[in-house]
Amino acid sequence: MALDQSFVGRTYPPTAPYEVGREKIREFAEAVGDANPVYTDRDAAAALGHAEVIAPPTFVFAITFAAAGDVVRDPQLGLDYSRVVHGDQKFAYRRPVRAGDRLTVTSTIESIKSLAGNDVIDVRGEVHDEDGEHVVTAWTKLVARAAEEA
Amino acid sequence: MAAKIAYADVEVGTELPPASFPVDRATLVRYAGASGDFNPIHWNEKFAVEVGLPDVIAHGMFTMAEAIRVVTDWVGDPGAVVEYGVRFTRPVVVPNDDKGAVIEVSGKVAALLDDNRVRVDLTATCAGQKVLGMSRAVVRLA
Repeated sequence: MALDQSFVGRTYPPTAPYEVGREKIREFAEAVGDANPVYTDRDAAAALGHAEVIAPPTFVFAITFAAAGDVVRDPQLGLDYSRVVHGDQKFAYRRPVRAGDRLTVTSTIESIKSLAGNDVIDVRGEVHDEDGEHVVTAWTKLVARAAEEA
Repeated sequence: MAAKIAYADVEVGTELPPASFPVDRATLVRYAGASGDFNPIHWNEKFAVEVGLPDVIAHGMFTMAEAIRVVTDWVGDPGAVVEYGVRFTRPVVVPNDDKGAVIEVSGKVAALLDDNRVRVDLTATCAGQKVLGMSRAVVRLA
């Protein structure tokens, strides 16, 4: 059944702040095998003009995806979340995420489409720091695959 | 910020140093913990097969994180990345053996933009097949 188009344009309240930890950044950088010292060494970060260690570009997804998940699991929307796969991902950065940031995400449903029986939903997450400054925007396309015929 | 590559030194077609990124089951477990994405398709073979996958697959976001390293290693400062987007076209299948899989990434400058920015188009393959589509980054050079 087609999803309710009235959800297009709906914006959800900002998430509770996520505090970006230095050790969490280190853990993420190690998990992707990235030894760039700007992720772990404040002096190396300072040498590049950053006030703190910064996070790898895709680190923020953990925060925006959790926010998008809350949106697409909205029971009123009726998406079958167990069939959801990640279609596209895009980020536009105002500045890098850095240790000590307290980030909130405001999610908006940008579009809902039905393509070949799949439900395709685009969610935009606007990430702001505790001063209300924009840090990064994340666009996430989620595809709920059509249920197979029995 | 502090990119080590100068805008004046690149042109359309300039190739970035390519890189290979190995991924095995241990990599995926570590990434699951670091990213908070514990979807069992990334670590549980039985579950993956039950939902129609050939085997455990890497997180799309893991592949995305590796691909941008060709850009961040080239430019030096990851803070110089202005935009980055990908389409997940094909999963990276990670067998439970002593080899795992290897993601091969290359990139080249596709467009010169204003304000010292360039667009880099990335190609990511695994076992000879493209795993990301429309993989593009905009980066600000020195």
